[in-house]
Amino acid sequence: MAERREIRVTINGTPHAGRVEARRLLADFIREDAGMTGTHIGCEHGVCGACTVLVGGVAVRSCLMLAVQADGADVLTIEGLASPDGTLHPLQAAFWEHQALQCGFCTPGMLMAAWDLLRTNPSPTDQEIRTALAAVVCRCTGYQGIVEAVRDAARRMRASSGREVAG
Amino acid sequence: MKPAPFDYYDPRSLDEALGLLRRHGSEARVLAGGQSLVPRLNLRIMTPAVLVDLNHIPDLAYVEQTNGVVRFGAMARQRQIQFSDLVSATLPLLGEAIRFIGHLPTRTRGTIGGSLAFADPAAELPALVTALDGDLIVRGPSGERTLKPAEFFVGPFRTALAPDELLVEVRLPAMPRGSGAAFAEISLRENHFALVGVAAQLTIDGAGRCAVARLGVSGCPTPMRLRPVEEILERHGLGESVVAAAADRAAELVDPLEDVHASSAYRRRLTRTLVVRAVAAAAARARVVEHDRG
Repeated sequence: MAERREIRVTINGTPHAGRVEARRLLADFIREDAGMTGTHIGCEHGVCGACTVLVGGVAVRSCLMLAVQADGADVLTIEGLASPDGTLHPLQAAFWEHQALQCGFCTPGMLMAAWDLLRTNPSPTDQEIRTALAAVVCRCTGYQGIVEAVRDAARRMRASSGREVAG
Repeated sequence: MKPAPFDYYDPRSLDEALGLLRRHGSEARVLAGGQSLVPRLNLRIMTPAVLVDLNHIPDLAYVEQTNGVVRFGAMARQRQIQFSDLVSATLPLLGEAIRFIGHLPTRTRGTIGGSLAFADPAAELPALVTALDGDLIVRGPSGERTLKPAEFFVGPFRTALAPDELLVEVRLPAMPRGSGAAFAEISLRENHFALVGVAAQLTIDGAGRCAVARLGVSGCPTPMRLRPVEEILERHGLGESVVAAAADRAAELVDPLEDVHASSAYRRRLTRTLVVRAVAAAAARARVVEHDRG
């Protein structure tokens, strides 16, 4: 059974097929087999959160999931966050404006974890934002800007969903 | 690092999974949520020859209530439990404890059964199940058996599960009316591994006395239920000096682990502090419930 398995994973709306060993991590499938290197691998044992992606619309650490376990799943990575025309997602725009990144290594994980937070809790308190961001380690010590960006993005996303409801 | 090669099986039924475990014995590891196992595979701390993945077995992720007992399928996700209305209504202690486990992205995958079967001394769920004296339903080649937490947890990262057995269900009594619960813990960083955690649930009777106290503590080789401390609260009430005396007794009773993060003596001190915090918070919540009812 150490043989390879055929899997199909939809990443950002595009199907990707591959033949992988069972020990292939989802993070490596995304980066090396699908060639999407926006998802970063930091610690590779589930501590740093840099590799966070959405599977089936909820955040997971892609270094703690086997690629074979994502067979048939819908995955969203950092490359799928902006609109196809390049318009940044409100979270990305807020990160830009609040200088919520320095070296940028943790940023994909920060954005995907923040996306999951705001979907489950559109109006988080600062403490709730900090608790959610504790899932991702930033070594540039840039948390203050990140908290401000998530707070601002939450406000914008609430405003725009309010408009949609009103419209 | 990457995991060492292994043979991977994703059985579609419990019987098939049990058959695989019978065949491969201690060569096999069971993959539930993978949030503790996969890090160990990646670091090659564990190099099992066979992985039996439970994620494709249907109907193992339920959360249901029957006759005052809440039943959890072993593969119920921690995230699912965190957002469960049934859990927040019937087991607020669990609703609070679950937020201390890892982070939201790890709770997406992490399961109640996996956490219990992994038996990490720092873990929240073993202490909680011990406090509430839940039932652990185990299935093996000769059928099903029900274990109490004191039987199930036998040491750090060790349980009474045989290599060909699976934890399939956890049963917890719904919190009685007029009760309050709290989970308190201290870790070096937010939501990191706890040095010590304390689960407390108190039931107040019509006269305002503490009729039933439940206390479970982590940070020891196995989770401990502190029956003598519960008795102090049940006999002498929830006054400040009684709670302080109960916490002193708790610190005497526990036998905490010692590691690079904290000495045994420090964990003992934390136990005292956390018993005071958890009991005070649970008592305040129980009184609020009582007040609302009156």
